[in-house]
Amino acid sequence: MEEAVKELIDENQEYVINMGPQHPSTHGVLRLVVSLKGEIVKNVEPHIGYIHRGIEKMCESITYPQIIHLTDRMDYLSAHINNEAVCLAVEKALETDIPDRIKIIRTIMSELTRIQSHQLFWATYGMDLGGLTCFFYGLRDREKILDIFEETCGSRMIVSYNCPGGLMYDIHPNFQNRVKEFIKYFRRTLPEYDQLLTGNVIFRERTMNVGRLSLEDAISYGVTGPSGRASGFSCDVRKHEPYSAYDRVKFNEITFNDGDSYHRYLVRMKEMWESMDIIEQLIDNIPEGPYAVKMKPVIKLPEGEYYQRVETARGELGVYIISDGNKNPYRVKFRSPNFVNLSVLNLISKDFKIADLVTIGGSLDLVIPDIDR
Amino acid sequence: MGIKGMKEEDFHDNESLNVLRESGSNVLLATIDDIINWGRKNSLWPLTFATSCCGIEMMAAGAPRHDFARFGMEVYRASPRQADVIVVAGTIVNKMAPVLKRLYDQMSEPKYVVAMGACAISGGPFFLNSYSVVKGVDHIIPVDVFVPGCPPRPEALLYGMLQLQRKIETENILSRKKRNESHNVK
Repeated sequence: MEEAVKELIDENQEYVINMGPQHPSTHGVLRLVVSLKGEIVKNVEPHIGYIHRGIEKMCESITYPQIIHLTDRMDYLSAHINNEAVCLAVEKALETDIPDRIKIIRTIMSELTRIQSHQLFWATYGMDLGGLTCFFYGLRDREKILDIFEETCGSRMIVSYNCPGGLMYDIHPNFQNRVKEFIKYFRRTLPEYDQLLTGNVIFRERTMNVGRLSLEDAISYGVTGPSGRASGFSCDVRKHEPYSAYDRVKFNEITFNDGDSYHRYLVRMKEMWESMDIIEQLIDNIPEGPYAVKMKPVIKLPEGEYYQRVETARGELGVYIISDGNKNPYRVKFRSPNFVNLSVLNLISKDFKIADLVTIGGSLDLVIPDIDR
Repeated sequence: MGIKGMKEEDFHDNESLNVLRESGSNVLLATIDDIINWGRKNSLWPLTFATSCCGIEMMAAGAPRHDFARFGMEVYRASPRQADVIVVAGTIVNKMAPVLKRLYDQMSEPKYVVAMGACAISGGPFFLNSYSVVKGVDHIIPVDVFVPGCPPRPEALLYGMLQLQRKIETENILSRKKRNESHNVK
């Protein structure tokens, strides 16, 4: 009996709690087993697989155009960019020349996707930290992008607009006007975001110097995207290995050196401005031409291995296809950014309070179906 | 059958509701039922349970443009103990199935289930070829309303929730008990 009491008051004992799989701050079904000492986080062990749907295995039994429809269910907030990755890999393998019109439309769509993803990040990050107003502001503006998608692609979020060789259908006649209207509107409302949250004292206190990720760790763990760039890791695939029309636009790669939650947030806020710049450079320069290259009805890749990487809203997505010459791939592997970004969670949340775990997890902007696939 | 702002003929599936209405209404309990149902239907609090893409559309349904709150569903509850309806938004895989069942069991009566999206209804795009996806949440928990789409628009979810409200209106104390017995819900 005495021993049991002694064990209870033993200060060195770790207290293990379970966060998730049903927890609103994990943005899905991530389960974190957190070891605590008092209120201090000592160890975080992510348990994944609660939304493992076997997409990579499924890809082996379906054709290449069908794979595209599965990829936007992985990272559903950058659905268009995921589609583009597979299309680019297939086109690279077939050595298809893609006309400028397709490249430019794809780039505009990707940047719109990035903006809406960051808007949702801003909305939910604010909500996680207790500012419910952010949720309403962020989703209000996001609907405007979804309207543009709906008009052109036929769907709000899961667009499936790309297909190998081009696009499913041409852009809507209103497309350019709607995008220009949106840019004009969003240039006016984006400073509101900063006024509401970025300069907020409570917000800064909760995020600054919380979850610091050093440059060495970012590189050795392979953390990419805004999370990596906040640590000073220059890893923007759009800049270093341009695909589609990124080689003909001017934009800045945003990097910071601090690597804390606040700067991870700041990178995303600044990236929205850059995305708008990219769209503005391209929107008036869409050349005339076909919206898709004629491909063979059954697409068979020549035997070999193909890799294509793109920059999604969360980091570098790699698509690795091994083909044995059939209409189905032999193996498809997705290098998903969220899975890699999750791996630093234990490292950077050590010795912080448990409430900061929500801050850090939110600032990594994880999408769980992309982790599990 | 008045849902504010929408006439009965605007709804689909009125026939199936008529069947529900006819199933044993008690003269003595009818008024009590009416009062209870009115209260229940106008304060449906959903559980924040989202596994994938449909969850984002569920958030959009709660956001300014579509505004869930008009119909009494304003508060998303993170705890199953405080929620009335679980909107299964997204794919349920084998590893998640016991968790979903447990969440459902933890909710207090009366509880309702809305299966949102193709994945929750039948496995959707993952019906064929996938080794880990549950082919429909009705294998695990009893479902009241199915909302098709991949993902459904927020309007579709809203319509589904209105249908759920109309379904609640037809309930009586005895039928609720019968329903639970048929589903082996304790």
